[in-house]
Amino acid sequence: MVLPVIKVEDKIIDDGLDKGMEKLTQDRIENVIDQVMSGETGARLKAYVETCVHCGLCSDACHAYLSRDRDPKFSPAGKVKRTMSVILKKGGKVTPAFIRDASEIASTECNACKRCAMYCPFGIDPAYIMLVVRRICHLCGVTPLYIQDTAHSHAVTQNQMWVKEDEWIDTLQWQEEDAREEMPNLRIPLDKEGADFMYSVIGPEPKFLAGLIYQAAYIFNVAGLNWTMPSFPGWDNSDMAMYTGDNEIMGRNKRFHFEAAQRLKVKRIVMGECGHAFRSVYDMGNRWLSWAMPPVPMVHAIEFYYELLTTGKIKVKEKYKKSVTLHDPCNVVRGRGLHEKARYVINELCEDFREMHPNREHNYCCNAGGGVINCGPPFKNKRVANNRVKAKQCADTGAEILITPCHNCHSGMEDIVLGYKLDMHVKFISDIMYEVMEKPEIG
Amino acid sequence: MDDFNSLYNFVSGPLVWVAFIVFICGSIYRIYRLFSLVNKKEKFIYTIMSFKYSLRSIIHWIIPFASLNWRKHPVMTVTTFLFHIGLVIMPLFLGAHVILFNDAWGISWWTLPDGLADTVTLIVITCCVVFLLRRLVLREVKYVTTPSDFVLLAIAAAPFITGFFADQQYCNYRFWLILHILSGEIVLVAIPFTRLSHMLYAVFTRAYIGSEFGNIRHARDW
Ligand code: HEM
Ligand code: HEM
Ligand code: SF4
Ligand code: SF4
Ligand code: SF4
Repeated sequence: MVLPVIKVEDKIIDDGLDKGMEKLTQDRIENVIDQVMSGETGARLKAYVETCVHCGLCSDACHAYLSRDRDPKFSPAGKVKRTMSVILKKGGKVTPAFIRDASEIASTECNACKRCAMYCPFGIDPAYIMLVVRRICHLCGVTPLYIQDTAHSHAVTQNQMWVKEDEWIDTLQWQEEDAREEMPNLRIPLDKEGADFMYSVIGPEPKFLAGLIYQAAYIFNVAGLNWTMPSFPGWDNSDMAMYTGDNEIMGRNKRFHFEAAQRLKVKRIVMGECGHAFRSVYDMGNRWLSWAMPPVPMVHAIEFYYELLTTGKIKVKEKYKKSVTLHDPCNVVRGRGLHEKARYVINELCEDFREMHPNREHNYCCNAGGGVINCGPPFKNKRVANNRVKAKQCADTGAEILITPCHNCHSGMEDIVLGYKLDMHVKFISDIMYEVMEKPEIG
Repeated sequence: MDDFNSLYNFVSGPLVWVAFIVFICGSIYRIYRLFSLVNKKEKFIYTIMSFKYSLRSIIHWIIPFASLNWRKHPVMTVTTFLFHIGLVIMPLFLGAHVILFNDAWGISWWTLPDGLADTVTLIVITCCVVFLLRRLVLREVKYVTTPSDFVLLAIAAAPFITGFFADQQYCNYRFWLILHILSGEIVLVAIPFTRLSHMLYAVFTRAYIGSEFGNIRHARDW
């Protein structure tokens, strides 16, 4: 199959980057770099930059490099060369224009997907280096506009999408009402103290994808679970501040999320199908707050669906007929090893499951994650062009349905499907579970 | 001739001591500094570290073709393993070297047969040529190459080239021997102070990522 060629603009205009650059002074750059280098980073960064022998063996790991005709500037070591290596070489004396470009590279050409860490013989982690670069750019005030807006939203509203408290509650009630037509006694229990679990979602769900809350509520009600959602801030588990390098806001957000669960005295948190939110709760936000592991037990939707199916709380009426393939989201596969559970769930739900290759830990990232899709329309063509290998990989399966248990992957894969004119539809696991599960008769 | 002799005596006497002391103290300092940085700023690393997963990761990468990326790059894999094995065994097990250890401290151990030593030397030199060609030809390697990479490669190759000439005694044995000993000393001094320090750090970077993948990510890293 011949994939169409996606054209990328030579120079991308972004107000966050361009205006940020204009306001940036030399002094500020040097202070920021000094703060990050001598104050915030430590042994890992040192060991990585002092160990890398420039062998280029990490190149094949990166979908951007593979997709752009093996242009070495998109290889992991190539991106480090264009950013961190210059900062180190010049001892922090870099120009505002350099910071602008470094921000674009680190925020839109790398997904921090950590595939390259699996390919470097030393186990050097270029994703970590890119996140340090983003941190520097954030402190310099040079971050792509769209993602910066979501980080502002996190700071002001504790959710990603400027959802106001009454809008949030309204949305839940609206979904409850709708779902009651299908299941008259269905409840979305708000603020129920001592429930077995708190269900948390990402900001875009109430904003654009409220149907997913409907589906989740329906599944939980059919399974007869004791659950709740908070009516107050802390309901959003997502975290774009983590990806802009705004660690302070990341930490504050995670505190709200964990404290919501503690206030409701739930036994654990169940998260929806999102990869980056999982990373923030399980790996990064918790650690910023000095918790080695999340202070409240938590599971990702894949693990939860696995429980629902293995315990028989949800039964399948008739397996899904269409052929499906699975995109392994890096943040829950390379980030939490949920690949086998995902396969169990999909095989339970679907008749015809086809692997894409490579898969499991070796999956190619969707190129939406790591905040890249959140950098918005200016970078869309580049994002789609930089993941031609993913399009090829999906097309080769010949499947009709592409399952992505991650929100960013989902939107990113939709752009790839459209951009490369693939004959596929993108779905969440919950879409399929909702469709094929045994449903109670309406009385 | 006298000048030559006193140069030889200097290079093979005090300078060797200097080189070894710098190498050992420098290496200890580098590792100490790494750990003091961890203790100062990244203590959480200890909560991630796991002996089991460190070992799992190291084993998968220290065996040729045991990781996916080694399998993807067979030429590089064979080259780098031959090169590094040669680099470790030659200084330690070459007859001529062990004799010197014996002269200095009265200790000796098993040595490589001479014929094999020559072969290993030639193999290592060939590997260095492969590294050089990769750097000049492969686009992704060329792009990330800096001048220092050629210098490091030259530093690593020099003892083998000079040692080989000295051993063959084609011409001017003394000259090559002096060059050889100097180049060996340069390697030792360079290890703690250049990116050759990957020899000191490799085990820690692997152990860390192995632990991060095994312990936190529940995923393989090979
Ligand atoms: C720093 C102190 C060193 C001293 C005093 C030293 C001394 C010697 C001597 C005396 C020889 C014998 C030459 C002959 O056959 O007549 C030799 C050979 C050799 N040395 Fe060293 N050496 C040193 C370091 C090294 C290092 C660091 C390496 C490798 C990294 C190395 C690799 C070799 C090789 C490859 C040969 C030639 C073996 C052959 O072709 O048979 N040497 N060295
Ligand atoms: C004993 C522990 C050591 C380990 C585990 C180790 C590991 C590695 C690894 C993983 C690479 C990456 C690229 C590749 O696979 O070739 C590498 C490259 C390299 N190593 Fe080592 N190394 C060690 C010791 C040394 C020493 C003692 C030297 C030199 C004196 C050295 C010289 C080099 C050079 C020059 C390269 C770059 C090759 C190139 O140009 O691509 N290594 N090493
Ligand atoms: S996108 Fe993934 S593979 Fe590419 S450099 Fe970033 S972390 Fe590495
Ligand atoms: S990061 Fe690792 S694989 Fe990539 S160039 Fe550096 S040493 Fe080689
Ligand atoms: S969006 Fe999905 S595939 Fe992409 S980085 Fe996130 S988890 Fe990975």
